This record gives sequence, structure tokens and C-alpha cells, in this order.
Amino acid sequence: MIRHLLSGADLDADTATQILDTAAEMAAVSGREVKKLPALRGRTVVNLFYEDSTRTRISFEAAAKRLSADVINFSAKGSSVTKGESLKDTALTLQAMGADAVVVRHPASGAPHRLADWVDGSVVNAGDGTHEHPTQALLDAYTMRSRLGRLAGLSVAVVGDVLHSRVARSNVLLLATLGAKVTLVGPPTLIPVDIAPGTDVCYDLDAVLPSSDVVMMLRVQRERMNDSYFPSAREYARRYGLDGPRMRRLPEHAIVMHPGPMNRGMEITPEVADSSRSTIVEQVTNGVSVRMAVLYLLLGGNNR
Amino acid sequence: MAYPSAAQSSPPRQPSVKVILTSADVHRVVDRIAHQILEKTQGAADTVLLGIPTRGTPLARRLADRISAFEGISVPVGVLDITLYRDDLRRNATRAVGPTQLPSGGIDGMRVVLVDDVLFSGRTVRAALDALGDLGRPASVQLAVLVDRGHRQLPIRADYVGKNIPTALAESVKVTLAETDGADEVRLYGEGHNS
Repeated sequence: MIRHLLSGADLDADTATQILDTAAEMAAVSGREVKKLPALRGRTVVNLFYEDSTRTRISFEAAAKRLSADVINFSAKGSSVTKGESLKDTALTLQAMGADAVVVRHPASGAPHRLADWVDGSVVNAGDGTHEHPTQALLDAYTMRSRLGRLAGLSVAVVGDVLHSRVARSNVLLLATLGAKVTLVGPPTLIPVDIAPGTDVCYDLDAVLPSSDVVMMLRVQRERMNDSYFPSAREYARRYGLDGPRMRRLPEHAIVMHPGPMNRGMEITPEVADSSRSTIVEQVTNGVSVRMAVLYLLLGGNNR
Repeated sequence: MAYPSAAQSSPPRQPSVKVILTSADVHRVVDRIAHQILEKTQGAADTVLLGIPTRGTPLARRLADRISAFEGISVPVGVLDITLYRDDLRRNATRAVGPTQLPSGGIDGMRVVLVDDVLFSGRTVRAALDALGDLGRPASVQLAVLVDRGHRQLPIRADYVGKNIPTALAESVKVTLAETDGADEVRLYGEGHNS
């Protein structure tokens, strides 16, 4: 088993499948009366969040607590970071407190990789800048597999602000490993230039819809947009937003995903977000099971 | 280069192997335990058989089949994976988690018979008892094992024992079953066997 989870590329097909299979067993625990397992008793998991997050932080916290680990939540606001403490000094502090795992979200791409050199415990990347968010990709893959029964051969359209999306990057890497076919869809300004080989690009959403098994809508990340990437929000929504008529052009079995938080009316309309094809709430539920699996597989044994 | 071969420096000790139960013996033992369960539970009413993977699972199914053949009673069978309740998780590489499948009726108020192949330290059964506590509240819990080899490290005993085998701590007992290994057999290996 791997020691850190920093990138979707860290996982080979066997390891990724093992995580998804373990997550399925963890999901069974979430349906029980006693939603707790003793597997990580006595282990400490630190949630180190330098960026705002609701679902990811709560999801990791719930996952660690269901495995009986002790959880320390650290957010940059209200900590010594506002007094100028560096990431390395914070890491050494956590190290001194005996953290077995550090779950880190950071606005700078690559911060978790640096952190992995400084601490003895496992590092889990919970989103670094515009780089990667591997547990999101795992929970997306889990959701696709549980809804559609397989991953190999699926056509997945990843739509919207691909350029700034760590979710998209991790998904492209993981889905390629697991044998799904990814098509990136968005305005040319929001599609990165360095695309992984084997990934298609299309600038026309309507052309992609009829042949897609999964449509993954991405949030338009206004906080990362200093320049103007498209003329207006209304034009973006007209060309790349998923609305009712577009949803009805999808195959019967196709599902609509969104990593959240949504900009309703921008990339997705409420009609689509609240429809039976939407897996948005399921993704949150599955996120806890998948993160339980990741924490168990990283921390459960003696992997040092 | 002339390195002394391993055979010269230390002659390999052939670990002794003894067949404790043959295939026919295993079948007879399973039949007897099925009868004992019927006798001790007065007809196996409100009884659930839970197999502990790997080899407790097929044994539990066999017991249910025999009980059904003897008295026409269908006893619910389930699987109880105890991986996440083990007390040695941190001493080994991460173990894969297997499925836990409870019968649709659950285990609340039922008499649960745990089924495993070998009873040794008792730690597996301790983990199974912890797992049961998180899954429901059985009226009572009993334990059926194919082989009891002694050397308990916890105050645990079996209600139904296929065969008691006096062993030395360094020896190892290996159970194979048709469902998991291709053939039914119980072997006792002498010191120095690794498996």
C-alpha cells in the first residue's frame, strides 16, 4: 500500500480498485446503528486546512471519527499562520504532537508534496491550488461504479472550468487508470494546453451529450479568475451550462455529477441539480466511505 | 565463486506433516456438530449461523445444509468479517476488508452461533464478539469450531468442537476445505513450517 495520497497518479488500477472495494464495505458500516469501527483507535489525524472548505473537511472528520481516530482540526484562520508561521514550522509542530496522518488543503499547488517530506506520518492531499484533489476523484469513481456498475469503457464528459479545476485533473488521471474515456468540454480559454494523452477535448457541449454516460459539471471558480476567460456569465451559462433540455439529450442511463459547491444557474440549473439523474448528494455520502477507506488503508497497518 | 551452498551449511529440516482429519472425517465432524447444535438449541429455533472468513464461511453454510437435511429447518447463515476489529492491525501490513453479510432478519434477539475453522489464541473470537456488539444485540452467542488446538490467550471456549488437537506452540494447524482450497483436510505441521 502507498504511504501518502498526493495525486490521482499515485494509484495503480489494483490499488484504486482496492480503495473502491474497501469503500463499499465502509458504506455498509454507515448504514448501521453503531456507525463506528475500532480500526484506527489511538491514531491521530490532523485536518490542516489553509483554504475554506465545508464538505471536504467535514467528510474527512466524519471518516476519521467513524474509524475511532482522534481528530484535530486546524484552519489557517485563527491560528499562528496569521502571525506569519510557515508551512514547514506548522508541519514540525504537528509532527511534535504525533500526528499519524495529515489531511492538507492548501491554496498553493504542490504544498502537500512538500509537507510529505517534512512529516513522518501519511499525507493526504485534500486539494492543493489548481493541482489535484485525489479523494474527490476516488469518490467520483465510486459513485460512477455504484450507479452504472462499471468504470471500464465509460464515456465521461468533464465540463466547464477545467483549467482551474483540481477535481478535473485528478479525475482525468484516475479515470484513465481505471479504463474510462474522458472528454474535456469548455471554452478554449478554460481548457489547459497540456492535456494527458488519451483525453479528448471538445468545445461544443451539445455534440458530446448524446454519447456520454457521465457528465461531470465543474464549478466556475471565480476566486481564481483574475483575468476574464469568457465574456459574461450569461453567455457561459448559455453555451456550457447544463439545463433541462440539454439533460434530456443524454442517454437514458446517464448521470450528472458535480463536486460542489454549485453555482446554481451558472454551470447547472436547479432543475438538473435536483433531478433523479443528479448524484450530487450521493457524492457527499460516498465521500465519507471513500475517505474511510483511504484512511484505513494508509493507517490501518504497519506500512512504515 | 565458491560460496558454501545452503544445503551444506545447514541441512534443511524436513518439517513433519500429519493428517489429523481426512475428507471423510471432516464430513462426519460437520454432521456431528450439526446434530449437537440441534440438540443443544432444542431444534435450532431463532438461531443464526455466522461464519468468520475465510474458512468459517463455508463451514457455516455446510452446517446449515446438514441441519436442513436432518430436520428440514432452514437456519439463516451470514458472514462476519472481523478485520477492522482485530487487535493486531498495527503489527502487520494493511489487511483487506471483506464483506459482512447478516441474514435479512438481523441478529437482535437471536441465538448467534459463530463458526470458525481453528480455535487457537481466542483473539479472533474476541474480535468477532466486539463486531457483533456493533451489529446488534443477540440473545446469546455460541461458538463452533472444526479444530481446537489449545493455547488460549483469552478466557474463551467453544460450545461445539469438531476435534481437540493437543499441539505445541511451534506447530501449526492447517485446515483446507473444498470450497476455498479444493479439498477437505486438516493437517498438523511440525516446527519450521511457514504458511
